[in-house]
Amino acid sequence: MTADVAVLGVGMHPWGKWGRGFVEYGTAAARAALADAGLGWPDVGSVVGAGTVRGGYPGYVAGATFAKALGWQGARVASVYAACASGAQAIATARAQILAGLADVVLVVGADAAPKGFFRPAGGDRPDDPDWLRFRLLGATNPAYFGLYARRRMAVHGDTPEDFALVKVKNAASGALNPYARYRRRVTAEEVAASAVVSDPLRLLDICATSDGGAALVLSSLDFARRHGAARPARIRAVSTVTPRFPNTVLDLPDIATDSAVAVAPPDETFRASIARAAYEEAGIGPEDLSLAEVYDLSTALELQWYEDLGLCGAGGGAKLLREGATAPGGRIPVNSSGGLASFGEAVPAQAIAQVCELAWQLRGTAGDRQVAGARVGITANQGLFGHGSSVVVVR
Amino acid sequence: MVTGWFTGEGDDFRLLGTRCASCRTVFFPREDTHCRNPHCAGDDLEEVPLSRTGRIWSYTDSHYRPPSPYVSDPELPWEPYALIAVELEAERIVVLGQAAPGVTVAALTVGMEVEVVPGVLHEDARTAWTTWHWRPRGAAV
Ligand SMILES: [Zn+2]
Repeated sequence: MTADVAVLGVGMHPWGKWGRGFVEYGTAAARAALADAGLGWPDVGSVVGAGTVRGGYPGYVAGATFAKALGWQGARVASVYAACASGAQAIATARAQILAGLADVVLVVGADAAPKGFFRPAGGDRPDDPDWLRFRLLGATNPAYFGLYARRRMAVHGDTPEDFALVKVKNAASGALNPYARYRRRVTAEEVAASAVVSDPLRLLDICATSDGGAALVLSSLDFARRHGAARPARIRAVSTVTPRFPNTVLDLPDIATDSAVAVAPPDETFRASIARAAYEEAGIGPEDLSLAEVYDLSTALELQWYEDLGLCGAGGGAKLLREGATAPGGRIPVNSSGGLASFGEAVPAQAIAQVCELAWQLRGTAGDRQVAGARVGITANQGLFGHGSSVVVVR
Repeated sequence: MVTGWFTGEGDDFRLLGTRCASCRTVFFPREDTHCRNPHCAGDDLEEVPLSRTGRIWSYTDSHYRPPSPYVSDPELPWEPYALIAVELEAERIVVLGQAAPGVTVAALTVGMEVEVVPGVLHEDARTAWTTWHWRPRGAAV
């Protein structure tokens, strides 16, 4: 176990398709987080930006880009790119600086302005790039991988498309209560079933959209929080950033083949399960301690997978847990009370940060109509392209 | 576009990978510099043909036109195609590929036996870009 860091401030820019630059979303989120913390930007000793490949050069150096937009003030700076885990690695960087005594207060910012439709690789002919190869040779989009996982669950666990649709119904109902969500309308199972097939067996409403959005956190040492008058802040207790272990035998984005298990037996747990386990071990908690979870519902079917990987139920028990209402508001372990990616869409470098924003609001008891009663411990789970694990435990 | 990924024609068509001479781990796409088994220091990787047949791990399809660098004719209506992930028993590896033309998801089940066959990714007036396809075993060509 390591020491905690305090979540002094959280902020978001509403998600949607706004057609403006990512810097604007990130700066708005940062200002909101600073105001929430009761701090001025000059009080911040370090800024960590989660990078976006779509923002051109400023996106690659997001830390400095946000620092410039907020006004150069001499802070320490870092930029982190780890695909969908960028936000979590930015949080990990900030936490390490605080725990090492390099900074008392760190601002973490992620924002994106995503294109419409499928994500696609960077330009040029690059046959040494697995992300380029999967598109060039197979036309294998992200939803194609989600479809493979969904079909595999149907074959192995007996999940049905109706089970998947229920995830969307649940998350859309929560998203309707979240002022920062892009989609704020309830959805019925009939509407999911009537939407177009994207990648069999998944339909349009099973798959998250691409969005514009931003999210930010102000993190500090517990000593600073105390001096600042925040006696009982939400606290980050663990950040998991693990890689897979060889041989990774579940076909994963962006690869077109798994590792071979001919020489080394596969590990006892999948990569996704190892992400959560590392977070639990570092936090000194288990799934039974959780009040709520924010998981990466890139597709409805994938949310069910996370239930099992987080240890909320055994292998294959995800759909049953959902049907019982355990993961719905008021259930034993509400999942995606924010509305999830189903309601937000992907703004890649922001989403792992946005998950922590939701946990902080919930643990403070300020989540309004979405409030999970008595929330004390929350976990986020997420996974980035190219083997980036990401999970954050927040406690109060 | 990518060299050394497959070889042969007709019934002799095979995907090509590499195999570590030290630990026998197989790599596809081919790994030619260092073995990626973390317990192995091997750097002697030999080319090896992969099994012709395997069993379906999962499958899906693509109802919307994928973005570039996938090549398709924007003038023509989009025709969905299936993608199949196949477990090769001897290599203990799962390899993703397009299904042979005409094979839809309705014809597939997880666990079904499939074979690798040569295919055309796309072609223009000068060049046909060849690739591999997975096809249910015994299905008509
Ligand atoms: Zn080896």
